[in-house]
Amino acid sequence: MSHNSSSPDFLHHHFHDVDQQYQTSKFGMWAFILTEVLTFGGLFVAYTVYRSWYPEMFYDAHLLLDVNKGMLNTIVLISSSLTMALAIWAIQKKNKKLSLWMLVITWILALGFLGIKYLEYSHKFEVGQLPGIFYSYMGPEVVNIDNPHIFFGIYFIMTGLHGLHVAIGMGLIAWLIYLTKKDKLHSDYYTPMETVGIFWHLVDLIWIYLFPLFYLIG
Amino acid sequence: MSENQNINYLNHPKGIMSWLLTLDHKRIGLMYLFSGIIFFLIGGLLALGMRLELAAPGNDFVSNDTYNSMYTLHGAIMIFLFIIPAIPGALGNILLPLMVGAKDVAFPRLNLASFYIYSFGALFAIYTIVNGGVDTGWTFYTPYSTQSTSNVVPMTLGIFIIGFSSILTGLNFIATVHKMRVPGLTWYKLPLFVWALYGTSLVQITATPVLAITMVLLILERFLGIGIFDPALGGDPVLYQHFFWFYSHPAVYIMILPAFGIISEIIPVHSRKKVWGYKFIAYSTLSIAFIGFLVWGHHMFTSGQSVFSQIVFSFITYFVGIPTGVKIFSWILTMYKGQVSFTTPMIYALSFLFLFTIGGLTGIFLGAVALDIHLHDTYFVVAHFHYVMQGGTIIAFLAGLHHWWPKSFGKMYNQKIASLCALGVFIGFNGTFFPQFLLGLRGMPRRYATYSDQFSELHTYSTFWSTILGLSIFIAILNLMWSLRKNNKLDPGSNPWGALTMEWTHTSSPPHPHNFESDPVFTNGPYDYDKVIVEPTLKK
Repeated sequence: MSHNSSSPDFLHHHFHDVDQQYQTSKFGMWAFILTEVLTFGGLFVAYTVYRSWYPEMFYDAHLLLDVNKGMLNTIVLISSSLTMALAIWAIQKKNKKLSLWMLVITWILALGFLGIKYLEYSHKFEVGQLPGIFYSYMGPEVVNIDNPHIFFGIYFIMTGLHGLHVAIGMGLIAWLIYLTKKDKLHSDYYTPMETVGIFWHLVDLIWIYLFPLFYLIG
Repeated sequence: MSENQNINYLNHPKGIMSWLLTLDHKRIGLMYLFSGIIFFLIGGLLALGMRLELAAPGNDFVSNDTYNSMYTLHGAIMIFLFIIPAIPGALGNILLPLMVGAKDVAFPRLNLASFYIYSFGALFAIYTIVNGGVDTGWTFYTPYSTQSTSNVVPMTLGIFIIGFSSILTGLNFIATVHKMRVPGLTWYKLPLFVWALYGTSLVQITATPVLAITMVLLILERFLGIGIFDPALGGDPVLYQHFFWFYSHPAVYIMILPAFGIISEIIPVHSRKKVWGYKFIAYSTLSIAFIGFLVWGHHMFTSGQSVFSQIVFSFITYFVGIPTGVKIFSWILTMYKGQVSFTTPMIYALSFLFLFTIGGLTGIFLGAVALDIHLHDTYFVVAHFHYVMQGGTIIAFLAGLHHWWPKSFGKMYNQKIASLCALGVFIGFNGTFFPQFLLGLRGMPRRYATYSDQFSELHTYSTFWSTILGLSIFIAILNLMWSLRKNNKLDPGSNPWGALTMEWTHTSSPPHPHNFESDPVFTNGPYDYDKVIVEPTLKK
């Protein structure tokens, strides 16, 4: 590796300088965000198609979702976006302790989101509000609606994929906590925190679309 | 030969682990190249097997079920395991950082990861082959693909996984082009192959996720019966087609754009002339990438679309012809009054021009709704597709392979054999696929293991020439491999064709492990043959 003596140890050999490395990493994450948007975009198209086919069914089926839990989860996730941003701000200001705390809170909020999601899911499994052939719910509210399993199919796929992103995000935040604790991240080099932050805001943003589309129809 | 030239990326560092865990884009490119060639061979043998079955009417060689498996695997392997990964993964990986004067791609670890993701996905494909194949056709149309008892899940899972490799490679290349260029190398001084890879990568990161999600929905449909594509459960099988073609139409541009890039490199070098219409070629690449997203409906003219959408999709499809025509004319004008030498890469490039033009024009036929209703699902489509994909992409791939082989290995192949094979490919290809246009026009449907007697003459003819085609490609690749032997005395020198792009002018062949021995300084545009004199180091 042909480092010159003055280059810091976090600079990879194929970059000229720290700024190029930072800009490249950020650019790469934005390109990845574009991919993510298209991934969910396909599912949003499926949602749009079936909602336009079965508008009444979507309205009736959405009444079966728990708006309060959905609302709570929205608040939890937006707060976690804020703490993520504060963690980055803190490390820029050389406040390692605050940054660590903010990361830990972000991680706990993410866990809380998945916990609430688990409560919602397990209730749906119990009563049989499930996708496709597994749908068995026959409660009084749904006697007259057509194909509610389509709604729950799309609901589970979209929120499930989103939940997977939250779980991956938790892994990444745990990694950031480790790096920060070991002083691998500091005010001169916090690129991983910045890029994970971008990812985390995307996860938040997707939920901000999912929440009204599923819980607040009508 | 100085002592320094003996250290290159092929021999330094040594050992099998230094290859398996390498972060060097050139080594990763070679690993892509050899795995790609293996799948090319498997896909090619399947094709020859099909031609053998079709040599005469009746089921005299394989059963209908085996035949169904053969064409599905041929399509899926050639497209998802060879063409899509091979050109960007192999030639793109080896050349892109060299062409922009960088020490490596933007994210070397991600690059290695994408190779292993590709290999992991390929395991699923191999499992599918060993486990008895899959019989849905490479398009996996629902509702059949949700009911078929063959290996739909392993194959689509493999494609899903390989999709991620494709996305990561694309992402890496885009970041490399944006951020890793050597100072002075502005956008309009980039080699056109870089523009082509850039356009390809944009399509890769935007279209591939939609394929991934489609494959997920298909797998969930099979496992959980979610009903999204199942009319019995209130779903819509045509939605699958929309999803699939929203990816797979742009995917044909993932396959052809790098080929355009290769041709844009080869023609100026072997004509000793500045490329004509640089900006036209660069922007036509981007416009093809863009228009490619708006035409998927032309695959579905017979799927119950409204007449209005048929007209719109047909109309937009014609637009693809404009940037493509711009490219063809620019290449022809590049050769005009140049010193064209009939080297092996150039012979391939010239056959590309001829074959791709036929492929492109028959694409216009198929884009016309009225004609397409007649030609849909006939051999005309098969012939058109092979004229663009084999006559276009694979011939360009072979051209690029012969052009950059001395760059990658510092060895020269036997040019006489190579040129003869190039001619054999051209003749064999036309002999194989031109009759298929006629078969299609006369109503021969595709994907059948047998046919009525009236088609037998053209089918026999096609099968005969397919052996010449297969043999020529096989010998061409053997000839390349043979050049790697230790006692090969043919020395191409560092710049055998006298090219002006940075991968030839600024580093040795094969390149240094870190690409350039010292930080490269950008000196001349990639096609300034009118300003700079550079002598080919290859002795005639």
